[in-house]
Amino acid sequence: MESYINLFVKSIFIENMIFAYFLGMCSYLAVSKTVKTAVGLGFAVIFVLSITVPINFLLDTYLLKPGALTWLDSEYASIDLSFLSFIMFIAVIASMVQLVEMIVEKFAPALYGALGIFLPLIAVNCAILGGSLFMQQKDFGGVLESGVYGFGSGIGWFLAIIAIAAIREKITYSNVPAPLRGLGITFIITGLMAIGFMSFMGIKL
Amino acid sequence: MKQKNTPPKKPSLFFVNKGKEALFSKKNRALLSDPMDDNNPITVQVLGICSALAITVQLKPAIVMSISVVVVMAASNVIISLLRNLIPNRIRIIVQLVVVAAMVVLVDQVLKAYAYDVYKELSIFIGLIITNCIVMGRLEAFALANRPWASFLDGVGNAAGYGFILIVVAFFRELFGSGKLFGYQVVPDAIYEMGYENNGLMLLSPMALITVGIFIWIQRSRNRKLIEKN
Repeated sequence: MESYINLFVKSIFIENMIFAYFLGMCSYLAVSKTVKTAVGLGFAVIFVLSITVPINFLLDTYLLKPGALTWLDSEYASIDLSFLSFIMFIAVIASMVQLVEMIVEKFAPALYGALGIFLPLIAVNCAILGGSLFMQQKDFGGVLESGVYGFGSGIGWFLAIIAIAAIREKITYSNVPAPLRGLGITFIITGLMAIGFMSFMGIKL
Repeated sequence: MKQKNTPPKKPSLFFVNKGKEALFSKKNRALLSDPMDDNNPITVQVLGICSALAITVQLKPAIVMSISVVVVMAASNVIISLLRNLIPNRIRIIVQLVVVAAMVVLVDQVLKAYAYDVYKELSIFIGLIITNCIVMGRLEAFALANRPWASFLDGVGNAAGYGFILIVVAFFRELFGSGKLFGYQVVPDAIYEMGYENNGLMLLSPMALITVGIFIWIQRSRNRKLIEKN
């Protein structure tokens, strides 16, 4: 139990998708003009990350890893399909996003209205594929562990986009030098926030 | 280039030239040069920042990454442009992702075979070219509506604009962060003896963001039409 909580905290703060790895920056910069839309996209990312990371974990363990096919027959122990992992992961992500979109549309129209345009965007959000690729690198022990990791990194991304959206809403009232307005100042603020998040780095869990 | 001197005997599939438009006409040259400044993918279109920042600590990985993106973008732009009338609109995103992913796998395997140390350093960021918004963005915005040759130029141009930023950022970060370029020391020892020290902060990730922010500042104060209105 304790190790799950450690992993959870670590994936939110210490290995924050945005501030430590810059993953999902494109939608982070494009959709952070108001807090309301940022919340919508943030929830969609949490949702999709916590579904796709465990699914890709299962695929990786039982299909792609070197020797993963042993459960079929011991003859297949030498097969290494890991070069297929990019295509597999992205196919899973794209089809999961499509599926989630349809399910949400059917059963929760209000949520669909709120997330609507963001769901298809998520298929090409680097944070989602990044989550799966980091999962592959980290060699997790089980599905639950990878699920906790996916959920945690989703929450980390959510926090980051909410924070920057709130700051950007306020900064429209201040007098930023004209060439820095918009994109430039957002980059610099994100940099400063990332320096803030570096203070979590010393924590050993 | 080669094609310019030898006029095509028959119009092939790749180089269908309607009318008299030359391969490097003014319009086509603009496709190559626009993304370098006025329409730069990173600083103006806000595409492809995800992987741009994490690998700019040193020049070498940044250059390898830029070359990989040029290859992937040029190839996938051409393929999608050839297929553009065959792809059903509803599933185009998945088709695009699969084409891009196949290209990235090729690049990934080549790097693994011939440049293993850089491959290790880039780790997951090669894979992340798949979801690099530049690739998808240009496929959607350009390749789906244009001829293969124009799409090829657009792909090369945009990837070069991306690589340009990557290399500039990596140059400053490596120079100030560790006093080296390409791993060779360029700041002379005499300066260190006078009390100069490397700025360790430049090596940490936040400075990549701030460097790009400053780059945007410089670019926009030079090129005033890019300034955003609130």
